[in-house]
Amino acid sequence: MTATEILFWFLSALALFSALMVLISKNPVHSVLWLIVVFFAISGHYILLNAQFLAIVNLIVYAGAIMVLFLFVIMLMNLNNASEPQRNSLIKLAGVVAGCLLLMVMVSAVRSAGEISHSQATSDGGIGLIENLGTVLFTQYVVPFEISSVLFLSAMVGAVVIGKK
Amino acid sequence: MPIQYYIILAAAIFCIGVTGVLVRRNAIIIFMSIELMLNAVNLLLVAFSKMHYAVASAATKNMEVNTGTDAQLFVFFIMVVAAAEVSVGLAIIVMMYRNVRSIDVNFLNRLKN
Amino acid sequence: MELMVYLVPLFPLLGFLLNGIFRKSLSKSMIGIIGCGSVLASFIVSCILFIDIKSGGALQVQPLFQFINLPSVKVDFAFQADQLSSLFLLIITGVGFLIHVYSTSYMHEENENHFARYFSYLNLFVFSMLLLVLGANYVIMFMGWEGVGLCSYLLIGYWYKNDNYNYAANKAFIMNRIGDAAFLLGVFWVFSKLGTSNYADVFANTSKFSTAEITGITILFLIGATGKSAQIPLYTWLPDAMAGPTPVSALIHAATMVTAGIYMVARSNALYSLSPVSENLVAIIGIATALLAATIAIKQNDIKKVLAYSTVSQLGYMFLGLGVGAYTGAVFHVMTHAFFKALLFLGAGSVIHALNQQDMRYMGGLKKYMPVTHITFLAACLAISGIPPFSGFFSKDEILAAAYSANPVYWALGVLGAGLTAFYMFRLYATTFLGEFRGTEEQKHHLHESPIAITLPLLILAILSVIGGFINVPAVLGGSSEMHHFLSPVLLKEKSVELNHSTEFILMGVSAGVSVIAILIALFRYSKKPELGEPQGLGKVLANKWYIDELYDAVVVSPLSALGSFFKNVIEKSGVDGLVNGVGTFIQYSSRRLRLVQNGKVGTYILLMVFSIVVLWLAFWNQTTITEFFQKIF
Repeated sequence: MTATEILFWFLSALALFSALMVLISKNPVHSVLWLIVVFFAISGHYILLNAQFLAIVNLIVYAGAIMVLFLFVIMLMNLNNASEPQRNSLIKLAGVVAGCLLLMVMVSAVRSAGEISHSQATSDGGIGLIENLGTVLFTQYVVPFEISSVLFLSAMVGAVVIGKK
Repeated sequence: MPIQYYIILAAAIFCIGVTGVLVRRNAIIIFMSIELMLNAVNLLLVAFSKMHYAVASAATKNMEVNTGTDAQLFVFFIMVVAAAEVSVGLAIIVMMYRNVRSIDVNFLNRLKN
Repeated sequence: MELMVYLVPLFPLLGFLLNGIFRKSLSKSMIGIIGCGSVLASFIVSCILFIDIKSGGALQVQPLFQFINLPSVKVDFAFQADQLSSLFLLIITGVGFLIHVYSTSYMHEENENHFARYFSYLNLFVFSMLLLVLGANYVIMFMGWEGVGLCSYLLIGYWYKNDNYNYAANKAFIMNRIGDAAFLLGVFWVFSKLGTSNYADVFANTSKFSTAEITGITILFLIGATGKSAQIPLYTWLPDAMAGPTPVSALIHAATMVTAGIYMVARSNALYSLSPVSENLVAIIGIATALLAATIAIKQNDIKKVLAYSTVSQLGYMFLGLGVGAYTGAVFHVMTHAFFKALLFLGAGSVIHALNQQDMRYMGGLKKYMPVTHITFLAACLAISGIPPFSGFFSKDEILAAAYSANPVYWALGVLGAGLTAFYMFRLYATTFLGEFRGTEEQKHHLHESPIAITLPLLILAILSVIGGFINVPAVLGGSSEMHHFLSPVLLKEKSVELNHSTEFILMGVSAGVSVIAILIALFRYSKKPELGEPQGLGKVLANKWYIDELYDAVVVSPLSALGSFFKNVIEKSGVDGLVNGVGTFIQYSSRRLRLVQNGKVGTYILLMVFSIVVLWLAFWNQTTITEFFQKIF
């Protein structure tokens, strides 16, 4: 067992456990914190896959900006564990069963797909580096990049308008 | 690492996200579950990107290849969209809270009518 | 000449359209002019045609356009103006015109709208009847056949606000439909054998049929004829059809429409002569109807009912003539019967018009109040009774002579029927015109002779009834049987009557003598003290028409309506309705349950979505299995 494998299993277990904890936690603040752990684990995976740029962006955007936004809103509303009404257990059971079924279906789909059964996700190569990504982004994908700025602008305007009402 | 591991890991995280949407009534938790699903997809995209890179570089024998860059840029764009989505979505949730003093999605059952 | 045939039905059609479309805006006199004028015009054209054909005009079949054009079936819309149809044209348009004129006065109390409706129906009837006799194949004949049935229905139910009249109209229509269905089957049979229904082609190819087939076809035709011409077993509609206005009874239910069956059988003489079974059946039905209807007529008190049963009886005579091969005699009797029966009905109409009363028991002594009606009615009574030299004598005698040569039993029954006819006609005459007036004082005060528009047709028809017989005086009386010669190109299968002169004289003497005796008995019995009370014993059976209507009700109508109500109450209510309502209830119930799923909560929707995704995925992987499964099903 190489160090990479150990790290992979550790990060996978951490991600799954934290994801589950997001659901299980009664307190929304705890959920947010567990979600940040998930994002860290996924960033670790990115680094294992030699996609350093995405790992950093993931940390900055998700764990940094978005999660802070979440926390901010939660604290603004002063939510605690008592404030959330519980669904009845039948619906909960149905939801869990549905999720498990979906997972089962997906896993069986992956297992039955023969083409990818021997493929490997390598960790070498420099495509995940900023230099390579930046070149492609500002040449080939410059138009979507600029359009995404319009998206941000409209999202900002939308958020302001909704918030003002 | 075999690509199947990543696929199954991503599928598991995705399904946890789906389950979260199904079982929780707190709009913010549901929102976070959606973020979980997005991240599962991101992880999968990166894994596939590296898989394609490995296949392409094995085929061209040590030549410099850029295969897989697209997928990583997609992930980047997904993050961009997710950031925008979160800002608007949270604004909506705040507004809803201001109106009904609750963030229980079951209050939003006007679709019935 | 060639172009004129289609003019004959065209005029009444135009009259129908004009009166029908502009019925709200035309004045009564205008309606009368259109109605009568169109029939008069077609009468004139018919006269020209008749003279042309009599002088040997070559016209036979005139195709107008292709009516049905299929690879296997070709039907031309063609008219055939030959000796037989031209004679019928004269009867229809001539008598029809007189009755139209009569109607302008008789129906004058109706308002404009209904007046126009009446005349448009009447014109439509004349049009359909002309189509029937002019058609050069069975399909065109069938169109006319249905058309006259429709007009009969419309005119019987003319006073549609009276439910009983509507029932009578329904009865007539349904009875006719039974016959029509059989007729149609016969036409189909001819089509399936020959692929054509043109008279010329059918009669030229009779050798292609086997005897059994001809018997089948002719019996089907005969059933059609019994419906239209009111013979046993389908005769019961005709007496009820008297619900219509009296001129309608005269035109449709005495003079023309009911003779359609005779026309059809006479037209098909080439077929009937090949099937002795059918011929005998025609004769038996004819004589049985003649006697049955005559016995019923003896005890009827409604003046129109007596005439109706008399019509049925006379039609029976015509069928007897057809059955024994005396086609000319039958057609001759159609003609004379058209004269005197139209006259009788119109005379009865005149009386009804004066009295507003149809029951003979409240009439009597009208002789001195209505002289013209009286004298014309007497002439008609003598004619129908077969007193020489009135027209009925010649035509009835010809049928009876042919019946004697075919089977003396027919002749004996025929003479008995003639005696009954004379008896009930003079019972009617004596009760109505002789004796003392038995109506109310008010009626007596209003008694008057009818206006000229009524009496003029009466007089013309009376003259025709008196002299109409002389166009076909048999050889034994020094005549030359002109009608025989005239019709011989069409009625090829006429059986010649081989009787020596002395036998024929004896036959005439016997039938005339029986009639005279019957007349004397009737006059003796009813002129002074008419029967006013309810009949007893056999008379009661006769007055109730042998309970035939009740029999039909019990045998046909009640089981059918019982079956109908069974289907309505059991099959429909619990079966069909149960199924349909069950589907509805199930859908409603399941939607009420299913509606709860759509509770507006996003979570539920997402849950369902996830389940659906799972199902779709599973279906996708197992699509070969599923495809095979569906292929097996479909």
